Amino acid sequence: MRKQLRTGFEYIERGFDAAFTPQWNPLLQLGALGWFFYWIVVVTGIYLYIFFDTGIFDAYDSVERLTHEQWYIGGVMRSLHRYASDAMIIVVFLHVLREFVMDRFRGKRWFAWVTGVALLWLIYASGISGYWMVWDKLAQYVAVGTAEWFDALGIFGKPISRDFLNESTLSSRFFTLLIFIHIAAPLLLLFGMWIHIQRQTKPKVNPPIGLAAGTFAMLLAVSFLSPAVSQGRANLDEVPATIGIDWFYLFIYPLRDHYSSMMLWGFIIGGTILMGVLPWLPPAKKKQVAEVNLENCNGCGRCVSDCPTSAVDLAPRTDGLNYEQQAVVNPNVCTSCGICMGACPTATPFRRTGNASAGIELPDHTLEQLKSRVLEQAEKLTGPGTMLVFTCDGGPDVTFLENRSDAAVISLPCIGMLPPPFMDYIISRRYASGILFAACREIDCHYRLGMRWTDQRINRTRDPYLRNRTPRDRIKTCRCGITETKRLAAEAEEFRKHLLELDLAQQAKPVTEEKGFADG
Amino acid sequence: MAKAFRFVLQFVLYGAFAGVVVYFSTTPQWQNLEPGMALIKVNFSHAGKHISECVKLTLEEMAELAENMRRTESCPRGRVPLYIEVVLDGQVLFEDSLPPSGFSGDGESTVFQSFPVEEGSYVLVARLRDSNRSTGYDYEHREEIHLRAEQNFVVDFNATTGGFTFL
Repeated sequence: MRKQLRTGFEYIERGFDAAFTPQWNPLLQLGALGWFFYWIVVVTGIYLYIFFDTGIFDAYDSVERLTHEQWYIGGVMRSLHRYASDAMIIVVFLHVLREFVMDRFRGKRWFAWVTGVALLWLIYASGISGYWMVWDKLAQYVAVGTAEWFDALGIFGKPISRDFLNESTLSSRFFTLLIFIHIAAPLLLLFGMWIHIQRQTKPKVNPPIGLAAGTFAMLLAVSFLSPAVSQGRANLDEVPATIGIDWFYLFIYPLRDHYSSMMLWGFIIGGTILMGVLPWLPPAKKKQVAEVNLENCNGCGRCVSDCPTSAVDLAPRTDGLNYEQQAVVNPNVCTSCGICMGACPTATPFRRTGNASAGIELPDHTLEQLKSRVLEQAEKLTGPGTMLVFTCDGGPDVTFLENRSDAAVISLPCIGMLPPPFMDYIISRRYASGILFAACREIDCHYRLGMRWTDQRINRTRDPYLRNRTPRDRIKTCRCGITETKRLAAEAEEFRKHLLELDLAQQAKPVTEEKGFADG
Repeated sequence: MAKAFRFVLQFVLYGAFAGVVVYFSTTPQWQNLEPGMALIKVNFSHAGKHISECVKLTLEEMAELAENMRRTESCPRGRVPLYIEVVLDGQVLFEDSLPPSGFSGDGESTVFQSFPVEEGSYVLVARLRDSNRSTGYDYEHREEIHLRAEQNFVVDFNATTGGFTFL
């Protein structure tokens, strides 16, 4: 089921890639767009608050003045405030759905998932309380509905719905509390959003400038074309019969009308609990976390800066070796991606004595095991134009490359796990003519930063660099996700021909075993 | 050409997103109350009488109490549930037994119910029993009312002002 959903997502995203380019693809920037919409809501909200009258009897008039007398700024601000809030709901739910479908909520990723579920409550508290403040017929419907909904819990001495019985019972006291909630909830939301991204290195909280500009222009356009307006002054002596509902935030009220307050509580609390425990529901995947081998760790800190979840830190040396610091893994945060091993400068297969071992590595994907797999797979390759294909957890199905004499496949948790010396090792020792990375989709690394760091290492802009002697044109990356198997096949074939040409040209020159053809 | 096509695609996708945002921010409209209907709301809190009368303590019973807790009477905390009946033109609109709130059953009983009713004139009767009696009512209010469409008609209760009020 989830695989079908994931495939569906990738197809849609590819369509968006065509329109926006992968860098600006909004479906790959959902979290960042959520932040962007949040800031639009905050800035416009501050402006609206300057002109808003907080008394319940004057609130409606002040909003009307904002909407009509200064429509060119106040009205636009109000519309932006509403539409950005609605857009935020859309991107947040797509974000939740996408993380679920991509299986990015289990294991050590539970933290972002669970805090995200809590944020949904704050988003709704912020949005619903905002609709209340306008004090039009919709606000009346929301106020009465909310009061009766909470009264059903039976935890209040007097029913709060009595504050909204009719015009004679209405007072500003409760309304003032609502305004406090409408300011406090977004502040708490911001705090929660900050916590939400705490376990991420380099979290994306700003969309690319082009996407931000386009999105803002869209919101501005609809604010002029279809400005948000009130639905007539609230009058508690009358029941608003027909109401224009904001279905993004207020869908719970018709649900309450149709079922009951307690059923709605059951639905919402049950849904929250279910979502909250999802990371621990089967199928559970227990992965071994990274371990530090102190005899190979010099405390350089490259693994610290490359870890996508801030799971590695530096601490004072404990083994007496002449280094100031050593890497320390937080097992509660490590997602077992192996990117740390890719960053480790001691992760080299060239050692002549003893087993290959890195300063930090995954116990079930050690450097020695990786070396053995490379040698084992390389043995299957014959003739010129051969390639070792590295794929990852989020990569495509590469079964069509198996059982061939010119290609062999090695699967890693993340492409970023492969240290650059390994690429040099494979090519310079002629275990394969070239290396093909069949990886996650562009801008959508399953472990967030693996592909980005690999690109930079290959392009020699990030330490550890790929050695200069390793020809760049013998390494190719295909970011094809799970849906672009055909493209992968085509690119693999093209790459094979390219390698064949290089090999044939190479054969014209004498090659020494020590140098390998990589040295030219 | 490809760039122009890309911009057109972007425009279409931005437009579709904007369309979804604008449309669902107000539509489809929700029919909260059918046309030609009014709403009768019964909404109040009231504490029923205690389950039983206070009992005078004997000297021996008083002696068993701590000195700072001594009193002459023992009064039960619990309250009786309210029994309410609302009748519209002779038809029972609502009747229920309302338990007292609180873990010890010593708090107020609360009711909030809404009943959509067609506009028009009716005789509305509200009755409430808040004592141990097994038949009859302690409070009753009868009134001829005229409901107009979309009217919010409230049945309130306050024992200190004499019982039911129709607002």
